Amino acid sequence: MKKTKATAKEEQLNFKVGLKDGLPIGLGYLSVSFAFGVQAVVLGVPWFMSLFISMTNLTSAGQLAGLTVIATLGTFLEMVVTQLVINSRYFLMSITLSQKMDDSFTLANRFFYSAFVTDEIFAVSSSKKGLFNKKYFLGLIILPYFGWSLGTLLGATAGSILPPMATNALNIALYAMFIAIIIPPSIKQKGVAAAVLMSAGISCILFFVPAFSVIKEGIRIIISAVITAVIMAFVCPINKEDKKDAVR
Amino acid sequence: MQLGKMALMILVMAGVTYLIRMIPLVAFRKKITSRYLQSLLFYVPYAVLSAMTFPYILYSTGNIWTALIGTVVALIASICKQSLIIVALLACVSVFIGGFIF
Repeated sequence: MKKTKATAKEEQLNFKVGLKDGLPIGLGYLSVSFAFGVQAVVLGVPWFMSLFISMTNLTSAGQLAGLTVIATLGTFLEMVVTQLVINSRYFLMSITLSQKMDDSFTLANRFFYSAFVTDEIFAVSSSKKGLFNKKYFLGLIILPYFGWSLGTLLGATAGSILPPMATNALNIALYAMFIAIIIPPSIKQKGVAAAVLMSAGISCILFFVPAFSVIKEGIRIIISAVITAVIMAFVCPINKEDKKDAVR
Repeated sequence: MQLGKMALMILVMAGVTYLIRMIPLVAFRKKITSRYLQSLLFYVPYAVLSAMTFPYILYSTGNIWTALIGTVVALIASICKQSLIIVALLACVSVFIGGFIF
């Protein structure tokens, strides 16, 4: 067993805990994918095709961009480049998760579960103490996957039922979750607080300074995160104590 | 666009997205032992999430003022150590209520 003592004592990461952790993500996805489904129909994609997109892609920004390529009759090359740019952040996330999976993940498991690395699933699983096992990860991905598919189906078939004010309010849900993940450890550890502030600062500079506006959103996020992590790992390297206490 | 081509397009889209996620997960199976790299990976999640949230959260609701209210509420609720779902719900409710004012 590779589990740290801290993990075993505090919270056994089993299937049920995974489901519980996945519930808020699934609910958030319902609303976001609902909006995607509505948008897809507006752009002339049939409902079963938008469902197909959501079931095979499981990514919000990438799907919206892909939808645009389809709607504007773009080329295959355009599609490949768009997805590479927008989704490149998953590369970074998968590197981190590759170090968080315990020995219960076989090679085949890694091939399978990699399809479910999303911003939110990454956020929740990477913030767990120590390593996590296969059962936990399976529990974690189920509700988000069905939430994402169901929301798309509902949006594409029955869209425009919800008033815009309600959908606008739902759109902030996933961002609020991100805040809930990064704030508590920031209060505990100065290094994390510094990383959060630095990365948000760089991200804002890249967003607001007109000279950087040519850089796509996906790339801006990567630049902010990489610069921050490279500097913070140098200035404030973790020690054994931090590692035990840290990611939570 | 014809349905057949659209389906192919979607498969290309899914394939590229999958490869980006799969390659690192399969390639890095050994534990990374370097303290520097471990530290780097320790900071990556927080840095990524922070950069994804700011400033984009301000544009998530279509109205910068309601979004600002939602952001502040989410920050306060997180500082008070509320769970993910509570923080998300409070933010949504505050944006919804804010929608009547702005």
